[in-house]
Amino acid sequence: MALSSSHLLGLEGVPASDIIKILDTAESLKPILDRPIPKVPTLRGITVVNLFFEPSTRTRISFELAEKRLSADTVNFSSTTSSVKKGETLRDTVRNIEAMKINMIVVRHSAAGVPYFLTRCTDATVINAGDGQHEHPTQALLDMMTLREKWGTLAGKKIAIIGDVKHSRVAGSNIRGLVTMGAKVVVCGPKTLMPPGIEELGATVSYNIDEAIAWADALNVLRIQLERQEAGLFPSIREYHAEFGITRDRLERAKKEIIIMHPGPINRGIELDSDVADSDASIILNQVTNGVAVRMAVLVLLSGMDSASD
Amino acid sequence: MICQKDLSMDQKIKATIIDTEGLERTLTRLAHEIIERNAGASNLAIIGIRTRGATLAERLVKKIETIEKKQVPYGVLDITLYRDDFRMRLKQPAVRATDIPFNIDEMDVILVDDVLYTGRTSRAALDALMDIGRPSSIQMAVLVDRGHRELPIQPDYVGKAIPTSIGEEVRVLLQENDDKDCVLLVEEPKEVV
Repeated sequence: MALSSSHLLGLEGVPASDIIKILDTAESLKPILDRPIPKVPTLRGITVVNLFFEPSTRTRISFELAEKRLSADTVNFSSTTSSVKKGETLRDTVRNIEAMKINMIVVRHSAAGVPYFLTRCTDATVINAGDGQHEHPTQALLDMMTLREKWGTLAGKKIAIIGDVKHSRVAGSNIRGLVTMGAKVVVCGPKTLMPPGIEELGATVSYNIDEAIAWADALNVLRIQLERQEAGLFPSIREYHAEFGITRDRLERAKKEIIIMHPGPINRGIELDSDVADSDASIILNQVTNGVAVRMAVLVLLSGMDSASD
Repeated sequence: MICQKDLSMDQKIKATIIDTEGLERTLTRLAHEIIERNAGASNLAIIGIRTRGATLAERLVKKIETIEKKQVPYGVLDITLYRDDFRMRLKQPAVRATDIPFNIDEMDVILVDDVLYTGRTSRAALDALMDIGRPSSIQMAVLVDRGHRELPIQPDYVGKAIPTSIGEEVRVLLQENDDKDCVLLVEEPKEVV
């Protein structure tokens, strides 16, 4: 039942069969979270290091919970309280942690490619929890799980990813995964926040939010990082909201049911209005719950990799 | 009656242990034994271990319900996450959901499996059940007990006890899963997966 790769670095090149395996396993694991004792002994004796070089609340907690629900031992590392401050290189940090006998590393870093780099300098299984503007595979997997729960399938469904596509690893992984699963993807946002060549991943570009809404079955609304405005990529928060903000008015004009997703944390009133975020169409909190289940599935499926060749 | 094509090419059928009619009679007897031992079915819950244990459990439930004329709770247990060889096995079965839609606290749970061999599956199943609740008792029903226990596990209800050698395999085929009902003794496949 193992996956075709021994690490999860991104969704680029990951076959549909692997994605289906992860989502099916996650669905089987999800009911464990509601049990009186929400814990299974599967990863007893496995030590996982959560290596976070960038601030994160949701993803780190979600991974840590997933590890604990599976009875793994966990160690948390955050760059602000570590020897990285004293000038230690990434390679040395990882080699030292590995020398303490660990099995898996969950890594987040501001530089793209760090998870891949780690696979070159350790024997541990590496899971990418977000690298720079490159990929955030478990976020895309939990998004796909939540949509599949809602629809039963992803094939032929239309998902619009709205906002700062250029700086978003969530968009990167989502486009790759959704296209593999046979869904159609439109990316929509200001020209200054649209990366060149995004079509090569299989997405269609739109600069008109109302067109994108009219087309879509679901909107995945990305977080606008406020520092991008300081960098002059869009004129003002108010203008962004006016041009691309998801409001009740805009959705009502489409005259159909549209699912609303957001990877969090939300800037309420900027990329997404509060009444939309909290409406029945929003599956944002389902995404958070499914995040734990998806991460459990990834941990379980990668844990037996030493000998697995299924 | 039994076709070689259902088994992998290098597996030879040595004997039919239970045939179609025999299987039906065996299950009927097991259902009666369970009711007799528990003085009825009022506090019973039948839980089968995926995959064929679940099928057998479902059939036992039907029989018990017919005899006792009352509903008996039925559940399915997936023990993959509790296996002691989870990380050692070359080929893992897929993790599937445990589906027990009722509270097992204070119930007399009948755990059903097709073949009892080393006892490791039963050990995993007991742990899995304990994590879900605190039944007042757990009893074990198996279609075939083939011996060679590696753990101190003893079934309460046995369809048929057959002495086997390690190089043999007991294959339970059920209508719902395999399009026929019978239990075969076959040679273990050469390539162990």
